[in-house]
Amino acid sequence: MTGDPALIGLSLHELVWQGCQMLLMLVIAPALVGLIRKVKARLLSRRGPPVFQPYRELWRLMHKEAVVAETASPLFRMAPYGQFAATWVAAALVPSFATGLMFSWSADLIAIVALLGTARFILALAGMDVGTAFGGIGTSREILFASLAEPALLMITFTVALLAGTTLLSAIADHLLLQPVGLRISLALCLVALMVVALTETGRVPVDNPATHLELTMVHEAMVLEYSGRHLAMIEWAAALKLTAYLSLIACLFVPFGMATSTEDPVAMAIGLVTYFAKLVGLGVAVAVIEVSVAKMRVFRVTDFVGGAFALASMAALLLFVSRGF
Amino acid sequence: MSLFVLHVSLTFGLLLAAAAAGVVGLRRQGASDVVYGLSALAAAGGAGFAVVHGFLGESPAALALPGGLPGVGIRLRIDSLSLVFLVVVNAVAALVSLYAVGYGRHEHPGRVLALYPLFLIGMNVVLIADDAFTFLIGWEFMSLASWGMVAARHEDPEARRAAHLYLLMACGGAFALLFAFGVLAGHAGDYAFAAIRARTLTGWMPELALVLILIGTGSKAGLVPLHVWLPLAHPAAPSHVSALMSGVMTKVAIYGTIRLVFDLMPTPQWYWALPFLFAGISTALIGLLQALVERDLKRLLAFSTIENIGIIYVALGLAVAFTATHLAAPAAVALTAALFHVANHAVMKSLMFCGAGAVLHAAHSKDLEKLGGLFNRMPATGALMLIGAAAISALPPLNGFASEWMVFQAILASPALPVEGLRFLVPAVGAVLALVAALAAACFVRAYGIAFLGRPRSPEAAAAHEVDRVSLAAMALMAGLCIAGGVLAPLVVEALRPATLQLVNAGLPAQAGPVPLTLTPFDGTRSTYNGFMIAVFLLVSSFLASWGVHRIATRATRRAPAWDCGFPDASPATQYTASSLGQPIRRVFGPIALRVRQQIAMPPPGSTAPAEFRLSMTDPVWSLFYVPLARLVELLSWQFNILQFLTIRRYLTLMFAALVLLLVVVVLWR
Repeated sequence: MTGDPALIGLSLHELVWQGCQMLLMLVIAPALVGLIRKVKARLLSRRGPPVFQPYRELWRLMHKEAVVAETASPLFRMAPYGQFAATWVAAALVPSFATGLMFSWSADLIAIVALLGTARFILALAGMDVGTAFGGIGTSREILFASLAEPALLMITFTVALLAGTTLLSAIADHLLLQPVGLRISLALCLVALMVVALTETGRVPVDNPATHLELTMVHEAMVLEYSGRHLAMIEWAAALKLTAYLSLIACLFVPFGMATSTEDPVAMAIGLVTYFAKLVGLGVAVAVIEVSVAKMRVFRVTDFVGGAFALASMAALLLFVSRGF
Repeated sequence: MSLFVLHVSLTFGLLLAAAAAGVVGLRRQGASDVVYGLSALAAAGGAGFAVVHGFLGESPAALALPGGLPGVGIRLRIDSLSLVFLVVVNAVAALVSLYAVGYGRHEHPGRVLALYPLFLIGMNVVLIADDAFTFLIGWEFMSLASWGMVAARHEDPEARRAAHLYLLMACGGAFALLFAFGVLAGHAGDYAFAAIRARTLTGWMPELALVLILIGTGSKAGLVPLHVWLPLAHPAAPSHVSALMSGVMTKVAIYGTIRLVFDLMPTPQWYWALPFLFAGISTALIGLLQALVERDLKRLLAFSTIENIGIIYVALGLAVAFTATHLAAPAAVALTAALFHVANHAVMKSLMFCGAGAVLHAAHSKDLEKLGGLFNRMPATGALMLIGAAAISALPPLNGFASEWMVFQAILASPALPVEGLRFLVPAVGAVLALVAALAAACFVRAYGIAFLGRPRSPEAAAAHEVDRVSLAAMALMAGLCIAGGVLAPLVVEALRPATLQLVNAGLPAQAGPVPLTLTPFDGTRSTYNGFMIAVFLLVSSFLASWGVHRIATRATRRAPAWDCGFPDASPATQYTASSLGQPIRRVFGPIALRVRQQIAMPPPGSTAPAEFRLSMTDPVWSLFYVPLARLVELLSWQFNILQFLTIRRYLTLMFAALVLLLVVVVLWR
């Protein structure tokens, strides 16, 4: 166990690995989006853009002039960086290739969920800032979905925390890795709920369509409609980071195999990295398959979809309160 | 002369002087400066003395004054629990008074001036009272002074109605408290707290006392179903008084609950937690759902107060459950979470109400549908309110999150409870609490976004201007406390340890690990949260991102009309409104929780009649509980009306019969 702050010395070595984790998340996030787009295109018998297209898009957007609406407040220009920072910190705190990194104790899973909430809070406000109908519609729907997705995620947190006896994500992953808990009803319910929450929160198909610009179906895109240039680049990048964070969370809770438990062992680290990439690719393909095989829902059907996830996750937590055997 | 004597005489002396100044200067220019300045000084002194008490470890200090009930006197005592509340109440009151120095210059003060210091005196007396009589005197001072301030704008029928309802509920609450003390003190009738503590209650007396205590203190705190007066009365007062009532007075009510249940009552039973948990969680949910659809900014804040009171009562309920089942460490976590949330909510709700006052002054409206675009017109208020809104939405790294995080930790410790009923109940409570936490963010996105962002929805909002510097300084200090409470949370938790040690005989582990400022409720391997590190990470990464982007790419920016998919409309009415933003949530949660009924009357094709849309919402508690109650009272008063027109012979017979009946009751009782 390395989650204990008492065992953490301020060594350069540890700092380097933590830095790697932060940068890794930042760097692979656009590629994951590109991969999902590519797989989706192939499944639809199109060739699709190259996997690395999102990087070029970010680069292009960053070099464009940013247009700010005349009615915008200072919040409009600060929000992209604020929500990017909150998402980045949250993503960097989700263990990817190794557990027990240097700052893993600074926020537990509840705090990571809340950090994603901070990012959403900032972006939802930015959507209302210019004072157009589209920004409002996006914000209105986003807060509706989030108000059911976030408690679902918290109940998932409760469930895994009760199984592992800790809310520290790194320690939970350690626990699931070193003392396998076997097949559990509660974990199965959680997996379904977490998939639903991930699809909702990252604006994927049954809930929102990242490729659409049809006004009445947009959620996330409507909220950021007024953004352009480098501001839009930050928002897109943060969206990719959020997707990476959610898929990493699923990987770390449900397929923790291969993660390195000590930063001392370079071989374990290498194995951890390779398995992490494999897991991300697998989950990315799964997301693409889900996206092409289901239709987008009406807005008020989404509340049933996410509300169902909340109910499942609550049930999982309740089962564990009844008996640890579930 | 002991520190306590100095403390009491200085605080109350200054406040009495302020009240006198308020009476003398009722119609004079500049009187408000004197009154609020003296109040701020007194409150700051009160908080300062309490801090010194804490540092010297001199508590408990006691003082007996002549007067009061014969044989009991006026007993004052300060212990660790009082200290916590003295610091919270007086520190926030000092900041609010400072705000009022600036705010009072714009407002026509009227009768508020003399009552304001009396209100502070009442709250301080409750906190240091050591016998039931003094406690109730302070309690009633607090109620009456605040009632007077709610009724200050008596020209407004709304304010009159609010004041009337408030007076009724305050009377009922005080009545219940009176009975509760009667039950606790028993036949002997020694009303000193020490004597009450020493008594053992038999039979179902403790349960009776608990119910009466919850009615008495819960009605003041706004616990469902006794909350109906709060969203009317708190917003009706001037904004700085609303801040004190919502931020501080509700905390004095919670002090009452904690003092009576944890200190004066015997060791709790596990089922005592049930009323706390049930009432707390329904309070949180009902308060928040109403806040989500409310369009009056100040009333929205009052509903949000109800929500937070619910969270605090849930934490208190968990503390009761853990104490009853001898789980000392989780009990300490739950109680610390409750006290921490008390402090946090006092600060952030006062900040929000002060900000709402600034908005009301600048844009002449508290109706969200008439606000908008205020961030551009009052940037300082806008930025400070943003901090308050984020804090109250429980977002890291601010203070609201730190205390809610601890409540969640307490819930996660509850599988250890040996009572099955509680084990099944607590996860449901946790699920609803998670829902409430998420909905709170939605609520404040709506409130803040509609008021401060977008385009102004009225000419007054378009012409709004920044408020004065004194008010801004007070709000900035409160916002600073919101940040400090989140970033330096372990220090606050350390300061709460003596109080939890006093009440549940346990404290949190030492928070001073090798990594400073890490919040550790149980131990380092179970759960930790470091708000300071998170704040540093957020600052560094947002700085890195913006610096990197500006450096590597371009910083070219152009101002242009809004894009809006190519069809921008100049009318601000095309924006989303507060009602439309809340519509999806109203549609999902409303039909049951708020009894939302909407009717759309569409004219037939070809008709030129306008279409009609009607929306009605009622608090289910009101229609299910209060309306039948009012009907019953009315019915009974009609029935008993005949008693007013009896002959003298019949009156005498009636009195005789009543006497015999009471004597029989006494004989049977013995």
